[in-house]
Amino acid sequence: MTFRPEHELHKRRKGRNIGVGLMLAAFVVLVLALTFTKVTSGDFELPKAGEVAD
Amino acid sequence: MADASYTTPAGEYDTQLGDYFALLKPRVMSLVVFTALVGLLAAPQSVHPVIAFASILFVAIGAGASGALNMWWDADIDAVMRRTAKRPIPSGRVPAGEALSLGLALSGLSVMMLALSANLLAAGLLAFTIFFYAVIYSMWLKRSTPQNIVIGGAAGAFPPVIGWVIATGSFSVEAWLMFALIFMWTPPHFWALALFMKSDYDDADVPMLTVTHGRRATRVHVIVYTILLTLLAVGTGFTAIGGPFYLATAVVLNALFLKGAVDISRRDEMAAEADGYKVEKKFFRLSLWYLFAHFGMILVEAMLRPVGLGGW
Repeated sequence: MTFRPEHELHKRRKGRNIGVGLMLAAFVVLVLALTFTKVTSGDFELPKAGEVAD
Repeated sequence: MADASYTTPAGEYDTQLGDYFALLKPRVMSLVVFTALVGLLAAPQSVHPVIAFASILFVAIGAGASGALNMWWDADIDAVMRRTAKRPIPSGRVPAGEALSLGLALSGLSVMMLALSANLLAAGLLAFTIFFYAVIYSMWLKRSTPQNIVIGGAAGAFPPVIGWVIATGSFSVEAWLMFALIFMWTPPHFWALALFMKSDYDDADVPMLTVTHGRRATRVHVIVYTILLTLLAVGTGFTAIGGPFYLATAVVLNALFLKGAVDISRRDEMAAEADGYKVEKKFFRLSLWYLFAHFGMILVEAMLRPVGLGGW
């Protein structure tokens, strides 16, 4: 199996693509941190089984 | 699909990440972040640092989104104004359609994420602020009335209220006082700019006060709004968000600001032309420090309150 040679466009846009990738990764980390904070802080409660059924 | 369909003609500019960032008006964003943070920290309820960081970030993204929408709509007038001709769209670095897409996408993302990280009221207020800046100010007021920046200034005044609502989930007098500070500060700040960016607004057919009512009337408006602002800014020193440090700073800065406005109102165009609008430029620079220092002192009072030093 051979890999196709890198297109000239990919070289030109490398910086932009890396930037977008890093931003997406940072967004994922932020959502994870937010979720963790919300779940572990006192104001978050899982609904009771009965309430879910209602 | 053939690879050729992806290629751009030789010499054509490839939009860089920095160009998209410039669309978000980073300098305006920094002011939004600062005032929203002050609103959040001055509020009586404390917020978890992660939630505070995320919420302020989403407010900043919302502000950036409204900046991109503004640049998309105003690309035609930006192109003829010296001050804005190098912005990403008129300079050809970002296609107008991409600016619109980015603005809409970031608007939706920021409002939705703020609703999740903080509360629905803060998210609703952010959505209204984006709408107010992009539609009410940019699309309607800016090209139709010389009161454009007076009413449009409200868009820039909402961030501290959003910060306050992120922390408390409700409105209060103190939050609206911070709103009023920025709201009253905006007209003299922009009219000073309009005075020394002489022909820019004329060339672009934007009905700034300097264009519709003349430069003399603009100078009178600067002093009137500065007097009202001074009363408000010093008066805020006696409220729950004020205190001795704020009041001392406000007295000094407002005396300087008032003097600058008096100097502007007493000058005529010949004198201003002769020294290259020195007084107007000085007033404009001072106005930036003015707002930063007032909000900085509200923050100082809030930070000192837990140790018994801030506030009254």
